[in-house]
Amino acid sequence: MILGRVLGEVVATQKHPSHQGRKILLVQPVHPDDSERGDTVLALDAVDAGVGDRVLVVQEGFAAMTAAGRVQAPIDMTIIGVVDAVEML
Amino acid sequence: MMLAKVIGNVVASAKNAELLGQKLLLLQPVTRDGTPSGRPLVAIDAVGAGVHETVYWCRGREASLAFGSNVPADASVVGIVDGITTHGAPAGGRKTGRTR
Repeated sequence: MILGRVLGEVVATQKHPSHQGRKILLVQPVHPDDSERGDTVLALDAVDAGVGDRVLVVQEGFAAMTAAGRVQAPIDMTIIGVVDAVEML
Repeated sequence: MMLAKVIGNVVASAKNAELLGQKLLLLQPVTRDGTPSGRPLVAIDAVGAGVHETVYWCRGREASLAFGSNVPADASVVGIVDGITTHGAPAGGRKTGRTR
C-alpha cells in the first residue's frame, strides 16, 4: 500500500460498468513527509475520501477489487483509508 | 489506473483468437496536466475511446477482466476522461483544472 494525497475527482461518462457508482480520484503518491513521489495515479474510492485528504491506496488487483466491492473487475487501485497521521519513530 | 492520451491505433491481422474484434490503442501515459510521461504502450479498448482522447487505463491481470473472458491483456482502457474537478485548486497546469 502507498500513501497519497487526493488532488481531484475524475469525471468520466464513458467507463467500464464496474466503475459506476464509485468516485474516481486523482491521487498524488507522497513520501511519509508529504513530499510528492512520482506521477499521479487514479484510484477508485471505497472510503468516501475527498480532495486534500491523505489516503492509503492499494495497488494490486485482488485487494483493489475486494475493497471496491466489485469482483472480477478491471480495477488495479483503490483508496482503502483516510490517513489521520503518520508517526515517524 | 493511470491517465493517458490515445495517440494511435494498432492493427494486427494475425493475433490470438480471443483478441478478434478487440480494438488495440496506442497510449502515451500523461501527467495530470497532459504532459507525456514514460513510454507509449498498447492497450485493449473496453469503452470505445478514440484518437486524441484522454483516457484512464488499468494494468496487470485485472486488465483482462474488462472483457469478462480469457482475453490476454495486461493493459486495457477502462474510461474516457471528460475532466477533473478539484474543488478550487487546479489539478494541472491549466486554470480550469480540466485535462482537455
